[in-house]
Amino acid sequence: MAKKLMLGNEAVARGAYEAGVRVASSYPGTPSTEITEFIAKYDEIYAEWAPNEKVAVETAIGAATAGGRALSAMKHVGLNVAADPLFTVSYIGANAGLVIVVADDPGMHSSQNEQDSRHYAIGAKVPMLEPADSSECKEFTKQAFALSEQFDTPVILRLTTRVAHSQSLVELCEREDVPLREYQKNIAKNVMVPANAKPKHVMVEERTKKLAAFAETTDLNQVWIKDKKIGIIAAGISYQYACEACPNASILKLGMVNPLPEQLIRDFASKVEKVYVAEQLDPVIETFCRSIGVKVIGKEAFTMIGEYSAALLKEKILGEKAPKLLCAEEDVPVRPPVMCPGCSHRGVFYVLSKLGLTVAGDIGCYSLGCAKPLASIDTIVCMGGSITGAHGMEKARGREFARKTVAVLGDSTFVHSGITGLIDVVYNKGTTTTIILDNSITGMTGHQQNPSTGFTIRNEPTRQVDLEQLCHAVGVDRVVIADPFDVDKFEKIVKEEIAAEEPSVIIAQRPCALIKKAGYSGLYVINDKCKNCKMCMKLGCPAISLKKKGPQIDETLCVGCGLCPNVCKFGAIERVK
Amino acid sequence: MKNMNIMIVGVGGQGTLLASRIIGAAAINLGVDVKLSEVHGMSQRGGSVVTYVRYGEKVASPIIGEGEADLILAFEKLEAYRYLPYLKQGGKYIINTQETDPMPVITGAAEYPSDILEKMEKMGVSITACDALALAKEAGNIKATNVVLIGVMAKHTNISKEEWEKAVEQTVPAKLLEVNRKAFQLGYDAAE
Repeated sequence: MAKKLMLGNEAVARGAYEAGVRVASSYPGTPSTEITEFIAKYDEIYAEWAPNEKVAVETAIGAATAGGRALSAMKHVGLNVAADPLFTVSYIGANAGLVIVVADDPGMHSSQNEQDSRHYAIGAKVPMLEPADSSECKEFTKQAFALSEQFDTPVILRLTTRVAHSQSLVELCEREDVPLREYQKNIAKNVMVPANAKPKHVMVEERTKKLAAFAETTDLNQVWIKDKKIGIIAAGISYQYACEACPNASILKLGMVNPLPEQLIRDFASKVEKVYVAEQLDPVIETFCRSIGVKVIGKEAFTMIGEYSAALLKEKILGEKAPKLLCAEEDVPVRPPVMCPGCSHRGVFYVLSKLGLTVAGDIGCYSLGCAKPLASIDTIVCMGGSITGAHGMEKARGREFARKTVAVLGDSTFVHSGITGLIDVVYNKGTTTTIILDNSITGMTGHQQNPSTGFTIRNEPTRQVDLEQLCHAVGVDRVVIADPFDVDKFEKIVKEEIAAEEPSVIIAQRPCALIKKAGYSGLYVINDKCKNCKMCMKLGCPAISLKKKGPQIDETLCVGCGLCPNVCKFGAIERVK
Repeated sequence: MKNMNIMIVGVGGQGTLLASRIIGAAAINLGVDVKLSEVHGMSQRGGSVVTYVRYGEKVASPIIGEGEADLILAFEKLEAYRYLPYLKQGGKYIINTQETDPMPVITGAAEYPSDILEKMEKMGVSITACDALALAKEAGNIKATNVVLIGVMAKHTNISKEEWEKAVEQTVPAKLLEVNRKAFQLGYDAAE
């Protein structure tokens, strides 16, 4: 069949399709999002966005238990949320194949930490496969399902950003016809109470031994003996860097990164003079090698921080440093990501910044509210951590502090895990003010639907979670809906709500500027009424820059959202189109 | 075929991803190995973005290192300047002369460097500069800036004009085909 250029994530979706997967449930998160978006394009697979990763994995477990092959995909920090079901489904195993795809983000292109998900495979005692290009993304996904059923275990497929978001050639195959497996009530297997879990733990340890034996002979792991002076053990993208940097070196490529093949590693090490372990993030393979007495060079040469490259391997292994050719004559100003022109969040942070409030922030595009000139956000930890963070602040410092504090999070994040925090506030007599930035979409990950948008992953209309009613239902009496672009009114509302001696929620409603619903068009310009007071510059809109004459609007960037005229006291910003 | 390393640099939102996919389509039509590396997520939001495209006999790493780029397609002048260390000895630059101020310049914490093209030329860098934005406007849509630049680039590669046109047709949305055809031709004619 034809070869197609595919994103690693698209290839995982294709693998799921070809493996006869029936159910996919995920929560979006860079760099994993496109896996489930591409799966949703196959009519043969039921696909959904779940409210969070724990819900997604549990849904996939239900599907697999009922006899249909199932997949759940998430980013590395999403696996933290889903860790609870993961550790126990390891004991239960799978009826039909169950695969969890996790995408790590070394270098933190779009993440709040750099955790190494391989620890989860070790901790939960489940096999983990790691592909090195799109072709392997597809093949390994299929093998993961086969392994899952063969060994009665969930399987984790681990990607990293450079595999998930690189395109390479993939050969397409037909979808395999995998009938539903029979579902039978099996309390000993599927009900994890202590009496059943105890024998299951014994089974898990035996399974790990069998998997370790399998790892010795599987084609997932490959050995090439070339130059015997240098041997490199690598997996995933590091394998590509090793090939690029040292084309003559001997290589042990690990496609299965848990459990690791003890004898295969020993044999490889015995055939070469020096063994390097090239693995990004934590020394997982290196620690294993040392534990079995194989001498390797690992983190003493490389680093635990950030991404590797072919150049790094070349320098550390061959001692060849790339010559510095050209360089800018001066410091080139950095260009950090910014809130888009027309961003619905800008009005909110303009007001919060003006009022000098303490802002407990959350995960999403609006995390950029921490950047200058708005520099409004005080804290960001994890999904849903804003409301609980503000609640903790109040409990430590008292109600007075709560009168100058707000929690800010997006609609999707609120449904993901903000709602439990809000319940905590109400239940434990807090008075936190929460601002839900309802932009009608999950923005940061590239515009996915969520329970509060009223559409499914396939854009079919569905019952919409009414955020206002939801807040009322958990016991918040003060719920206000406001337009963040009406800055004067919005400021008044914020002042009223933070002053209230009870929990309150402000739903800041305005669609993301990048979706059709926003409907922005036209252009604003600054006329000669401008007194150069620079108030508009405080918005941090990338379309407004300070030139010699004063602020100017870049016509290629302005979307005509109409926020800036609302902060100009001189009527100097006018619509021209 | 010798491996060709192309970098596309610009500001998130300028359409660099589509440009890289056009190059990918052209390579796949030639039947060679090809890898692309993209940026999604947070960095896309108006930040500095870089996409790598590599094609040839056999491509291992999807990433291009410093001193390895045969060609850098820069959608913005400051971004062209930033990625100078990646250019190979004898490599070429294609630069859109558009200037977009980054946030430190907007807030007054930094200045936009002056005379970037002159400084780069003084270092002996081979540059083809063009006002791709103006040409895209002429073609009928400022969003076609990326395809104008592909047109400029088409003259500087070992792939024929027809192959590039085919790749553009395969990649751009059908309803924007005419605008993009025009944008490609305007870019091609503007190239030296």
